[in-house]
Amino acid sequence: MQLDARIPAGPIEAKWDRHKAELKLVNPANKRKYTILMVGTGLAGGSAAASLAELGYNVEVFCFQDSARRAHSIAAQGGINAAKNYQNDGDSVRRLFHDTVKGGDFRAREANVYRLAQVSASIIDQCVAQGVPFAREYGGLLSNRSFGGAQVSRTFYARGQTGQQLLLGCYQALARQVAAGRARVHPRTEMLDLVVVDGRARGIVTRDLVSGAIRSWAGDAVVLATGGYSNVFFLSTNAKGCNVTAIWRAYKRGAGLANPCFTQIHPTSIPQAGDYQSKLTLMSESLRNDGRVWVPARPGDTRKPADIPEGERDYFLERMYPAYGNLCPRDIASRAAKRVCDEDRGVGPGGRGVYLDFRDAIQRLGRAVIEERYGNLFQMYERITGEEPYATPMRIYPAPHYTMGGLWVDYNLMSTIPGLYVIGEANFSDHGANRLGASALMQGLADGYFILPYTIGDYLAGAGPSRIPADHAAFQGAQAEVAGRQRRLLAINGRRSVDSFHIELGKLMWNKCGMTRSAASLKECLERIPQLRAQFWEDLRVLGTGDTLNQSLEKAGRVADFLEFAELLALDALQREESCGGHFREEHQTPEGEARRDDQNHCHVSVWEHQGPDRPPQMHEEPLQFEHVPLATRSYK
Amino acid sequence: MDFTLHVWRQAGPDQPGHMELYQARDISPDMSFLEMLDLVNEDLEKQGIEPIAFDHDCREGICGMCSLVINGVAHGQQPATTTCQLHMRHFRDKDSIYIEPWRAAAFPVVKDLVVDRSAFDRVIEAGGFISVNTGSAQDGNCLPVPKDAADTAMDAAACIGCGACVAACPNGSSMLFVAAKVAHLAHLPQGQPEKRRRVLAMVEQMDREGFGHCTNHYECEAVCPKEISRQFIAEMNREYLKAGLQAH
Repeated sequence: MQLDARIPAGPIEAKWDRHKAELKLVNPANKRKYTILMVGTGLAGGSAAASLAELGYNVEVFCFQDSARRAHSIAAQGGINAAKNYQNDGDSVRRLFHDTVKGGDFRAREANVYRLAQVSASIIDQCVAQGVPFAREYGGLLSNRSFGGAQVSRTFYARGQTGQQLLLGCYQALARQVAAGRARVHPRTEMLDLVVVDGRARGIVTRDLVSGAIRSWAGDAVVLATGGYSNVFFLSTNAKGCNVTAIWRAYKRGAGLANPCFTQIHPTSIPQAGDYQSKLTLMSESLRNDGRVWVPARPGDTRKPADIPEGERDYFLERMYPAYGNLCPRDIASRAAKRVCDEDRGVGPGGRGVYLDFRDAIQRLGRAVIEERYGNLFQMYERITGEEPYATPMRIYPAPHYTMGGLWVDYNLMSTIPGLYVIGEANFSDHGANRLGASALMQGLADGYFILPYTIGDYLAGAGPSRIPADHAAFQGAQAEVAGRQRRLLAINGRRSVDSFHIELGKLMWNKCGMTRSAASLKECLERIPQLRAQFWEDLRVLGTGDTLNQSLEKAGRVADFLEFAELLALDALQREESCGGHFREEHQTPEGEARRDDQNHCHVSVWEHQGPDRPPQMHEEPLQFEHVPLATRSYK
Repeated sequence: MDFTLHVWRQAGPDQPGHMELYQARDISPDMSFLEMLDLVNEDLEKQGIEPIAFDHDCREGICGMCSLVINGVAHGQQPATTTCQLHMRHFRDKDSIYIEPWRAAAFPVVKDLVVDRSAFDRVIEAGGFISVNTGSAQDGNCLPVPKDAADTAMDAAACIGCGACVAACPNGSSMLFVAAKVAHLAHLPQGQPEKRRRVLAMVEQMDREGFGHCTNHYECEAVCPKEISRQFIAEMNREYLKAGLQAH
């Protein structure tokens, strides 16, 4: 496997401009002769599909939801970062770049991150022009808030529904292209395989989730914008449908998969209430702007929060990280919360929770201000827990939320398979080992609006229109494999439901490969996952047929892939003998319990290559160089 | 808690449907409505009965995918709450609960409780956007937007496109959905150039899809999980009238 990141030469500030000027172009009249297959309609996929169709390409768009407006980007609450410096507080492209590289614990590519910071400002302009109703000041100008891991206010927001409003912006842009006849959306359609002919991505195989029909789509390029794999933990803040299938199928067809062990555990989710629970609900990180995080100072203290006097509370983030306090980055806040709970100072049922208290903010600013800032989040919390956060502090606990790992891509966002592009959360590129708050929306839209539309043209211009039809032998073969797999899942006829396997896998991964990991716990994972997978293929029961809407069958296919992918995740976590960002190995910590990175041996991207069903995957390394943000121990103290 | 469920089962769009009786046992009051259904489905599978199909995804009240009529009310009795955010603590032990799909001519049933809402996408495609290509935008602060206009636009834009408004309306009208998008864009300066064309095209598509007309029942507003105001319907009617007069 060749890992050429194709980072342009020259000073970092000029790389992207120079690269754009050197990329080959497709003649406007020829663009319609190229078909691009876009899988996924979140912020990355939706914005890319709309932008490519505007350019004149022929775009076929696929999503498993019933409409392109529902992808999980919609659930992002807090905001989107951009280096606009509207607040005059010293922000700049350089500072956003610096914060993101440092926040990612020095495991991202400098050149990619710099470009991300550069295009961030254009994203805001684009979204405003589309009619995204960002929060505004009385003077009519855009409002900003601060967010975890940053000391400037660079986050733009639309109440607590920023992801929704940005997604509706690109959904509407896509709708306009559908009306213009340049894009077609295929909802309730799931990609189940990638077709590679002569080393190039030439199409995909999909299943129509309503009719069960399996069919092939030929194209000149395939773009995966299929999100992250947090649902490998079963309980996560992701939507129920989020899955690893698209990128896993691509991996099995030869695409390198990078850093799967970099998973983000978000500190502010509503704690799990019972075994029946189907998902965890996030409370926006923006709440940490005004809420103070604390637990009782004394272990085993079961008094009501109101009965615990000020002197007996431990505001542990403010105590441990005075410079950033409640706004320290996610990985650090999550581990601190786990630590105080492990000390038997956790609150709520099961002792797995910490308080997020708005008492002081309400006293300082008044209830009306807090209501305007967070009203919908407070409502959501009350709906789920039955408790009123204006009166009693919220309880929060960390939960799987985002995955920094994903398919390896070069500077052009192309995977190791020519013609296969990967954008948004599905790729590995910009967040290193930890993502900062309000940066996921920024990256998804940067990839979709401002990077892919330039870089994909270079590939298409070089390759020329594909002449491989959808009835080519490679398509027929892939289609037969997909159909065979559906039949196999239906034919097992065992005793256990799909969910029971998913829950078992999730518990294993959370306990042994979650917020902290050790060689012993990871070896246990590597032993138990294959056993569970074998049980799955022997004892699974999926009722109904394959030629109708069958939600159990859909889930079964996704869980089957999670059961394979989980092993690679654990393997990657085992080989990375260091703690960095969201990856915390118990063996590698300082005496104070902080992460200890190993830049000598692990300052690289780990890229896994599939070697066939019976051989272990092979790992390759892409070394990382830091010329602009000197390698340093991350400190938020 | 235990419940008796009456659930609409329908094998496909052209098959007749019927209510089926199921028992939900040992339900925790802290469960969401969909978690209760997960448990029932788990039970049904054990008995060899195909699980109940229902739409859902984010389970945090924002994606707009979940869509159940619960005891005759779209998304259930709890105000400003989607089905996925409705919790069982709002029901009484031993209650009978009736669960049906959205019922509207423009939303044909796909299977059981799943309906086809693609008509909404086609209404947006007709004009629910601002025509601006990627890359052609000016600086975001070049055009100040008065705070109250931005706030009103956001009130309307909060619509999640779930379709509860249609399900609740005796006429199967989608006026609240369409009006929310018309108002969102009409309140912003960026939406002005296409204002007339937009409202005419969206209303025309809405009629073509077979949605009914608004006769001021306001059932839509009552069930809307995002509390979109019926006032936007009045605004849309005004915009439509103005646009129609100006067009001729």
